[in-house]
Amino acid sequence: MNLATNIAGMAFVFIFLGLILIFSFTGRDKPRRNFRDIPAFKNLSRAIQLAVEDGSRLHISLGRGTISGTQSASAIVGMSMLNRITHVASDSDNPPITTSGDGSLAILSQDTMHNTYLNIGAEERYNPLAGRLVGLSPFSYAAGALANIYDEKVSASVLVGNFGIEVALITEASARTRTFTLAGSDNIPAQAILYATAEEPLIGEELFAGGAYMNAGPLHTASLRAQDAIRWLLIILILGGSILKFAL
Amino acid sequence: MRRLKGSIISVVIVIAIGFIVLIGYFFDIPTLQNLRFVFMEWAVILAAVVLLVGLVNLISVHLNKVSEGGITRLYSSVLILALAGTFLITIVLGLDNTWPQFIFNYIQVPIESSLMAALAISLAYACARLLRRRTNLLSIIFVITALVILLGTGTFLGLEIPWISDVFRPWLSQVPAAAGARGILLGIGLGTVATGLRLLVGVDRPYGG
Repeated sequence: MNLATNIAGMAFVFIFLGLILIFSFTGRDKPRRNFRDIPAFKNLSRAIQLAVEDGSRLHISLGRGTISGTQSASAIVGMSMLNRITHVASDSDNPPITTSGDGSLAILSQDTMHNTYLNIGAEERYNPLAGRLVGLSPFSYAAGALANIYDEKVSASVLVGNFGIEVALITEASARTRTFTLAGSDNIPAQAILYATAEEPLIGEELFAGGAYMNAGPLHTASLRAQDAIRWLLIILILGGSILKFAL
Repeated sequence: MRRLKGSIISVVIVIAIGFIVLIGYFFDIPTLQNLRFVFMEWAVILAAVVLLVGLVNLISVHLNKVSEGGITRLYSSVLILALAGTFLITIVLGLDNTWPQFIFNYIQVPIESSLMAALAISLAYACARLLRRRTNLLSIIFVITALVILLGTGTFLGLEIPWISDVFRPWLSQVPAAAGARGILLGIGLGTVATGLRLLVGVDRPYGG
């Protein structure tokens, strides 16, 4: 990369950061913005309430992305959702379980649940074995995750993270057990598979809106607004570039 | 109070290291580059250690299942024995020995291949189920596109299907599908940057204190 590209890259990062901070500052006293309706999140809230009422378990799967790679972002969103779900389902007889295909994700999921129980003053409800590493290769991970769906009286599964095509085996297990499934991945082939197999698929950036839709904090809302602003900027740049290419 | 103090210190360390790695990625400043490589190496070493901790977690979960009884006791026992056996054989004999290779080639690979075969069947079934569960225009387009790509990719009785193989399939995969995939990738890219920035400034930490 040359210096001009590096400076442009750095400027992009700081503009993005600036927008997030500005939107978070200007929107901090305002109630929740009118978001585009994504039925998946509405149905997830209903599924969580039903699970708490009937004493069944919620299953959150964070995928196989390594925490030091670019795939970690989707798993971090999954952890924000895990935080909210654990909070809402803290009264349930069967606390949520988390499965992942990477050691660091398993430990961070345990830490997320521990942190949530600590914050609501229910540390005694925390069970370290609820955050599970189920397999390290794609198919061993899928086999381990689907075993949890079959064995743990799960009524709703949230699959948010980096998955490959093996995710179809997990969603198939959910369909067989009539389990509600909300699923999103940052992997394009997995997204196509989830569109066909999951009850509530999340397409593209909908995955990263999870925190904002589940009221994980004002920064999530602000970053969603910043993404929208940058997206419009990119659309203008792409259209402008195309017009210039035809014109010149 | 102690927890809060510890949390603030860890956030400050995370922000400082995050910015050093970020600036080191964009600018070729020798000191920053050296620091960046050191931090990246630490991350790799930490990931390897965490993998071992994760394996301890895997064994603990399955030991717990063994003690609970039921049909899962059998599966969990097999998993623990297979894990311990493979681990010991590989550690004692080394990765290049015939036995670890045998375990990988004649047990692991066939099992994963069988799961891949099961995946093909479950995908075909899911495609049919999609039209029953979500009967809308997008689902119909999805199924028709999948069928056209399948028909156009292979041959039918050794012959290529005219129009589908040479016109529709290339156009579908190179124009609308590629455009859609790029749009989705842009959205994912923006979401990834936004999530990274929230972590970088220490305001989004679902884990930790």
